[in-house]
Amino acid sequence: MRNRFIKGLEQLAETDSGIFLLTGDLGFSVLDAFAERFPERFINAGISEQNMMSVAAGLALNGNTVYVYSIGNFVTLRCLEQIRNDVCYHSANVKIVVVGGGFAYGQLGMSHHATEDIAVMRALPNMRVYCPADPVEAVAVLHEVNSVEGPCYVRLAKGGEQCIHADAIADINKAIQLKAGDCVNIFTTGTIVSEARLAAKQLADHGVSGGVYSFPAIKPIDTELICQCAWESKLIVTLEEHNRLGGLGGAVAEVISELSAPHARLLRLGLDDEYTSVVGSQQYLRTYYGLNAEKITKRILECWEN
Amino acid sequence: MTMVHEHHASHIAAALSVADMMAVLYADILHIDPQNPELPERDRFILSKGHAGIAVYAALAEMGFFPRSELSKYYTDGSVYSGHVSHKEVPGVEFSTGSLGHGASVAAGMALAAKRAVSPYRVYVIVGDGECDEGTIWEMALFARQQKLDNLTVLVDHNGMQALGWCKDIADLQDLPTKWRAFGWHVIDVKDGNDHSQLRMALHESVSGMPTCIIANTIKGKGVSFMENKLLWHYRDPQGEDYERAMRELGAARHAK
Repeated sequence: MRNRFIKGLEQLAETDSGIFLLTGDLGFSVLDAFAERFPERFINAGISEQNMMSVAAGLALNGNTVYVYSIGNFVTLRCLEQIRNDVCYHSANVKIVVVGGGFAYGQLGMSHHATEDIAVMRALPNMRVYCPADPVEAVAVLHEVNSVEGPCYVRLAKGGEQCIHADAIADINKAIQLKAGDCVNIFTTGTIVSEARLAAKQLADHGVSGGVYSFPAIKPIDTELICQCAWESKLIVTLEEHNRLGGLGGAVAEVISELSAPHARLLRLGLDDEYTSVVGSQQYLRTYYGLNAEKITKRILECWEN
Repeated sequence: MTMVHEHHASHIAAALSVADMMAVLYADILHIDPQNPELPERDRFILSKGHAGIAVYAALAEMGFFPRSELSKYYTDGSVYSGHVSHKEVPGVEFSTGSLGHGASVAAGMALAAKRAVSPYRVYVIVGDGECDEGTIWEMALFARQQKLDNLTVLVDHNGMQALGWCKDIADLQDLPTKWRAFGWHVIDVKDGNDHSQLRMALHESVSGMPTCIIANTIKGKGVSFMENKLLWHYRDPQGEDYERAMRELGAARHAK
């Protein structure tokens, strides 16, 4: 996912001389090709994310499209006020691209797990928020953020993710149906979609027809699809490697809670307002925090039967 | 002074501290066109210590970016002229500030953009000495030197005071010119940072391959005897006799409202 995104950026930079790539001294071996091809437009700003974000705003306000690359928390929470005042208030054309969304960095520990970033970024006016689930979505997100003017946040996982889409994506701002279902619909964002798909199979074994949708765009959110599912199904489940507060679950809850007609019940799955203090691989952590397919299925069935 | 008086605003002493620097910049240094505020080759000016933003609005009106009558809207409900300088719908304001330690880094980004676009403009930014408590100032100092931003000039408004007292009693900056030199900058120590000819001379200096830092040794509240070096006037607005006396001392008594 990461390599495809950066490779795609390299291709865009060939024809657009206003594309810059800034890094906070991260991206070993990932950014080398870009750096070699466009040395004047590749800036290692050093380990100083706050300065880097303001520099990005200054560059962008003078006609450039500025990509800022780092690990999730470092280039969001560390420099939040720079993003708010310098980038978003000025509608600067800055694209924040991060790796380490959710538990992608596994054993590296909580400092490297971005688990509140979606909530924080989507709270900022003028900011768009994307969280692709696979390399195909990542490339579609790249083309979208590159073509829209203004701040965007792109939350990648790491590398080596499987492609879940065979075809190109028509509209990256819409939810993508991966499996149709009747009574239950699972909404996911990011790579944890794999658990949702397994859970849908397990639900079928229990006679429950579950649909699965990937939400690469969290802001803007696909309100139309959420409303449709809320009216037509009994249960909506949101699943994310993120705090249950303020992320995809929060965004969906905001839409559903304003509906006047009777609507589906909502179950939000994610980190239960806690930090990842336990050590483990991404898969271990998903299981530990109740977000693997088996535990999701169990939670959905409990909810369904009550 | 009248804007602060009329609207019970604050930070008059900070504005008086930078007023001379801004007067020299706007009148003699910046290549700008009030009729064309978005001119691509214009010099960029950012006031990083946004709480002195009233000085920017006043300077822009004086230069003809918008009518002087607009200044009476400062601080008023529904207007665009906030206490900390904001760019939205105000022609000539390059960048909005208010939280310290942002403006200089943005200026560095603008200077880098000029370098890469081979554009001739220079970027000037005023930071406070208290603002130098912020770590970002020194992140920026490393960055600008590394990128050889010789089209960037940082002016440090070195009045020795910050929000709750003297800098030396809060976070002692010690020898500020030596500090900036140690970061690899071309440093000019302007003895009287409220003296126009000294400032003008310093602002004409630059060295190839190095960013420039002008340490302007200023007086907070400059020009009004009872405000000079008095922390109170970081906050208080002049009323009654205080206002009239301030206007007299500034030689502006006939404009007093």
